[in-house]
Amino acid sequence: MQGVSKHFPIRSFRRFGEVVHAMDDVSFSLGKAEVLALVGESGSGKTTTASVIAQLYPITSGLIRLADPQAPDGFRSVSGKLSRKALLGYRKRVQMIFQDPFGSLNPTHTIEHILSRPYVIHDKVVYRRGEERRKTALKEQLHQLLRSVGLEPPQQYLDKFPHELSGGQRQRVNIARTFSIEPEIVLADEPTSMLDVSIRMSIMNMMLAFQEQKQVSFLYITHDLAGARYMAQRIVVMYAGMIMEIGTSDEVVQRAVHPYTKLLRSAAPAPEEGLKRNRLITQGDIPSLIHPPAGCRFHPRCPYAMAECSRLIPPLKEVEGGHWIRCYL
Amino acid sequence: MNAMQEFLSENILECQELVAGYELKAGFVRAVDGVSFSLRRGEFLGIAGESGCGKTTLAYAVMRLFRDNAKIRSGKILYSGKDIANASEEEVKNLRWEHISMVFQSAMNALNPVLPIGEQLTDAWLAHKHGDLREAKTRALEVLKLVDIPEDRYNAYPHQLSGGMKQRVMIAMALMLQPEIVIMDEPTTALDVVVQRTIIEKIQELRKELQFSVIFITHDLSLLVEISDQLAIMYAGKIVEYGPASEVFLSPYHPYTQGLMASFPSLSGPIARMGGIEGKPPDLIDPPPGCRFYPRCRNRHSGCDLSAPPLRQVKPGHYAACDGEYHG
Repeated sequence: MQGVSKHFPIRSFRRFGEVVHAMDDVSFSLGKAEVLALVGESGSGKTTTASVIAQLYPITSGLIRLADPQAPDGFRSVSGKLSRKALLGYRKRVQMIFQDPFGSLNPTHTIEHILSRPYVIHDKVVYRRGEERRKTALKEQLHQLLRSVGLEPPQQYLDKFPHELSGGQRQRVNIARTFSIEPEIVLADEPTSMLDVSIRMSIMNMMLAFQEQKQVSFLYITHDLAGARYMAQRIVVMYAGMIMEIGTSDEVVQRAVHPYTKLLRSAAPAPEEGLKRNRLITQGDIPSLIHPPAGCRFHPRCPYAMAECSRLIPPLKEVEGGHWIRCYL
Repeated sequence: MNAMQEFLSENILECQELVAGYELKAGFVRAVDGVSFSLRRGEFLGIAGESGCGKTTLAYAVMRLFRDNAKIRSGKILYSGKDIANASEEEVKNLRWEHISMVFQSAMNALNPVLPIGEQLTDAWLAHKHGDLREAKTRALEVLKLVDIPEDRYNAYPHQLSGGMKQRVMIAMALMLQPEIVIMDEPTTALDVVVQRTIIEKIQELRKELQFSVIFITHDLSLLVEISDQLAIMYAGKIVEYGPASEVFLSPYHPYTQGLMASFPSLSGPIARMGGIEGKPPDLIDPPPGCRFYPRCRNRHSGCDLSAPPLRQVKPGHYAACDGEYHG
């Protein structure tokens, strides 16, 4: 294995007849066992990015490639329409954790049923022969799984329904389900934003522990810059469907170059710095994605906007090794 | 002390041993259990805690916005000599909005979707018989201007406004009758970081200009530390720590406060693995006899589970409900 990575330049994305430019020209790569954070405000295209990688929507243009040792150059394109079987194989490798722990577990099924589905669908039950043995083997695997996400004793949880669990416990079940089939890539869409502050940290730590143990690649989506820095090695900043800045976590947080990243940085609560720091220098909201502004998408709000910013979309340029920005500055 | 300082240091609201909660079939949920605090004129008091710790119940108790099964069991809420907790409904009605107003959680749902915002703004003015519709409209346009919403939005419906604008309309509404105290219950929780920051800056600016006191309720401690003068940390219906915001942030005394502080990764400095808090809050119908944080506490020792430690002064002006034995 030469390291899992994917590339996907994608150009616009169609919905309901009208074109919403939810993602435009988004390219990045995800390395094996890397945690990459995708940061931006609501409507910046973060969730769309995860959804197209998870193959929940087809892409309009561009390429998504997944490492495949059998392919001639080590990558296979997965951006076209996949057959049922190929899709199943793809989902075995790429799994998603959803934001809402209340809406992502079927309320009519027990935890046992919910967690055994991936094993059954992907035929991952390890057993010798006979239906009875298969059932015991599955149960043993479920016990192990629940223990691994800190839901102990496991037999106490198997017969419960999702509504009997707290938000944190449900998110643990979600994580257990995601990791049950040992995927190579996990797409985590704001997995802690709906949880209580006191349990957020333990969920984040658990995801990091899994990631390290199983050498999984993680795409961690969040609007919280500090959380992104805590989780990820690299950060991608998105705004209005386009990537504004990419770099290592410390580069992006401490030495942000793009005005939008600076804005995000100054808006984030930072108690250690106090309120005395500079006021925000911006106005306006995220632009319409149906008719995005010409040129740089951020220029209507940018304090440093120049004439050329409203004419041409600035290309991504490298400011330092591995630190890219989409800005003329 | 000159007259101005005296005026500013005067307690405007005092809450004494308040017990409030909800009457359920299974028993009385003591959502607020013996809470005392005081609010000075012009002060910004932050109340932080996780869901279910009683912070919203406390806010509703101060406004007496209880109905059906919610009750104030005992305690006093003193506002300029009057006890809100035991006042008649008529008296409370006069206080509400005139003297104490509130910005509700989730502006998205707090505004009536079928009425233009102008009509909703003038409502309180007319209900409190401050004058006729023309005067009400003048005042509404005035407060809209305060929160930077252009006049032509007066007849807009809530769905025509963005989330941040709706929240600003809520703030404008709370300021209609020039109250002395504004209670804000998670006013920025559903908003994006950038919008949140602009709202917070607006609140601070208005507070300086209009000199009202704020009780700001949120679970986002990192935000609160930045903006409050005084900080109260609630856990399972009780205040477990109280003091000047910077003091509580720099040297949190109660293990729960320490746990909360360790739940927010920072933007600068080395990235250290942080703990957070394991476990979940206790059942408030039948709370444990000792310290309510005992089952989740890292520094617990025998004795904590038997009797609850009272709030005590650990430094001048800084109180915590922990015996602090772990401090050595």
